[in-house]
Amino acid sequence: MELEAGIHPKANLVMVRGRIDHGSSMTFSELLHPHLEKCKKGNPPLILDFSGVEYVSSAGLRALMIATRFARNQGGRLGIAGFQPLVREVFGISRFDLVIPCFDTLEAAVGELA
Amino acid sequence: MQVRFWGTRGSLPISLNADQVRQRLLSVLEIAARLPAGQLDTAAGRAEFVDSLPFALRGTYGGQTSCVEIQGSGPEHLICDLGSGARDLGHAKLACFGPGAPQTYHVFISHLHWDHLMGLPFFSPLYIPGNRLVIHGCHAELEAAVRLQMSAPGFPVDFSLVQGQVEFRLLETGRAYDIAGFRVEAMLQIHGGDSYGYRFEQDGKSFVYATDSEHKLDREDHWAACIDFFRGADLIAFDAMYPLAEMVSVKADWGHSSNMIGVELALAAGARRLALFHHDPLNDDASLDRLLADSRRFESLSRQRRPPLEVISAYDGLTVEL
Repeated sequence: MELEAGIHPKANLVMVRGRIDHGSSMTFSELLHPHLEKCKKGNPPLILDFSGVEYVSSAGLRALMIATRFARNQGGRLGIAGFQPLVREVFGISRFDLVIPCFDTLEAAVGELA
Repeated sequence: MQVRFWGTRGSLPISLNADQVRQRLLSVLEIAARLPAGQLDTAAGRAEFVDSLPFALRGTYGGQTSCVEIQGSGPEHLICDLGSGARDLGHAKLACFGPGAPQTYHVFISHLHWDHLMGLPFFSPLYIPGNRLVIHGCHAELEAAVRLQMSAPGFPVDFSLVQGQVEFRLLETGRAYDIAGFRVEAMLQIHGGDSYGYRFEQDGKSFVYATDSEHKLDREDHWAACIDFFRGADLIAFDAMYPLAEMVSVKADWGHSSNMIGVELALAAGARRLALFHHDPLNDDASLDRLLADSRRFESLSRQRRPPLEVISAYDGLTVEL
């Protein structure tokens, strides 16, 4: 599981790759934290590019929910974009697509959040 | 070993109301209207049509609260919890054995919340002399809670008036018991006031009853203990009350779990079959059909190279042969 900062004129873009499961969710949270700290009122939105994410387990979804709450508490905006179809399905099954802003494309996420 | 579900609903009993029955009839007639002419002219054709309908239209998950019977190779009866499903179970036992053939019932109580005890006053074998009811549990207040439920002003028949023989036996976690030919173990679960799961083994088959249990995703110790307890089980009755998003957010600390966590734990434990159990009373039959389909899909997405896990949804009246 890897995170890498991307470049976008209107958003703090973070590319996520690999599996976010029981074994890696804590690492994911740790790697995400520096980006989350910048996700506050007045700053560009934090957009997680999930096109490289192969699987998300319940532990990964919980980590994302905590991240979303953290961002909201700071007045920031966080969204996820560019799902692989199977990962998008997991968001639907878990109903997390009702909790975390999810977008089909990066452009859609920027259009809504920036 | 055979497991029969007499009550599968969580929190409180429910039933279909008149409007829901009417809507269901309309839905079925809508489908029937599109059938080729003549298909419903025979009894066999009508039966085939009904059997082809989704479970939410041809059946119902039912509305009785938790009560599960385990039938093994011995003559004594094992029951998990005495929710409102215990009433039908009691009647079935009386119909089978009659009042003249005393029976022994071993009951395992997960916890003392009312939806898991409310069927006891309506469990008819309780009132018949000669019957023996051994109530096992891990709560020190077990006997007091049962007696309180059958006392004024809550219930008209005081516990002292039952004519069957009732015994209370406290069990401990971390040790195995030999009860009625079964190896029985208990596990502490996360729930308000504590709850306990039970694992039953006999003749190489195993059933785990694990309801009213919240599985905290940040509790590594609890997660590992559950996997160990579920290890290789032939069937797990699992508290799948809420979608994951609800369970970890607005309903965190409500003491219940999610279908997705059931799938993950059962896969990790190498279990053969997972039964979604303790259905949310807010979920109608169509919602529970969708929950089952979602759970099966999540199992296929999560399985990787592990053996397949069969996911079913428990309903009142379901019998599973292990």
